[in-house]
Amino acid sequence: MSPAQLHALGIVLVAAMMTFVTRSAPFVLFGKKRGTPPVVLFLGTYLPPAILAMLVVYGLKDVQPLDWPYGLPELIGVAMVVGLHVWKRNYLLSIFAGTAAYMVAVQWVF
Amino acid sequence: MMKTVRAAFLTSLPVMTGYLVVGVAFGLLLQKSGYGVVWAVLSSVLVYAGSMQFVLVGLLTDASGLVAVALVTLFVNLRHFFYGLSFIDTFRAMGRRRPYMIFSLTDETYSILCTAKPPEGVDGKAYFFWIALLDQSYWVIGSIAGSLVGSLIPFDLAGLGFAMTALFLVLLVEQWEAFRTHEPVFVGLAAALGALLVFGRGNLLLPALVAIVAVLLLLKKRLTREAYATPAAVAASGAPPPSDGPEGSAP
Repeated sequence: MSPAQLHALGIVLVAAMMTFVTRSAPFVLFGKKRGTPPVVLFLGTYLPPAILAMLVVYGLKDVQPLDWPYGLPELIGVAMVVGLHVWKRNYLLSIFAGTAAYMVAVQWVF
Repeated sequence: MMKTVRAAFLTSLPVMTGYLVVGVAFGLLLQKSGYGVVWAVLSSVLVYAGSMQFVLVGLLTDASGLVAVALVTLFVNLRHFFYGLSFIDTFRAMGRRRPYMIFSLTDETYSILCTAKPPEGVDGKAYFFWIALLDQSYWVIGSIAGSLVGSLIPFDLAGLGFAMTALFLVLLVEQWEAFRTHEPVFVGLAAALGALLVFGRGNLLLPALVAIVAVLLLLKKRLTREAYATPAAVAASGAPPPSDGPEGSAP
């Protein structure tokens, strides 16, 4: 293994270690047997809906609402996913149909 | 066992679409940067963090110093700290599977586990474990495929990445209906949009999360007093039948 490869391996290992540190920190801090603090339980309950809303915005972060096509493909995709899911409750259908609609929109329409 | 794996597989299908696509993109990018399939496997097995692995390609190309790598990883992945908060009790009960559950808590696995509910007669712990393991296997397979044959893909993949956004949207709809109050959803939207405007597209997640935690803590008294959350949401698992009727707000 060349020094450059060894360094690359070091980079991957350090990234792996630090990723695990960020993921295990809450369990190390609050995972003791004597019970989880109420404020952590509160956050654990109410964070998921807020975080998912944030991740949706993150997924749409590259939309340029002021320039053509004004985020229209995204709007079509989002409407398709939400509409289908509220109507049919079928994860796969919502995701596949929404993604297909979006792909048609970006590749052929806009 | 087969029943558990089957149930977990069906639950994980939405992640499969997204992870295969994004994994292929990662493997291809890594390969084009001069790091072949061994490196794709190494990073997807050991690091296993979607956005961080794209950053990692840059770090490898620049041969960055290890301290810099550690700090960058810490900041890119700091959001995972908040994900664990929802699973402290759930994972505590998972015994020898616990370390892997913690290791593999990516954005997508987190999202799926927030609403996943084992079918009748399926052991919840094994079900959660298999979801996590299948998710990572899609990611690894995608990375390998991207590294080996990514440049041969004959059709236009533009827009396929929307599958990830669609997954988050679907899970958001589920969360919307699992709670009596929708305030956390609006807090999340407002925080993310605010962070997007202030900090830009490159680093919106961490400031958004900090804002979300701060605002939720401010609302804590009210949210708790009104006992808004349905019992299922309190247990941080499973979406019960909707209580409010579907309204499906889209950002």
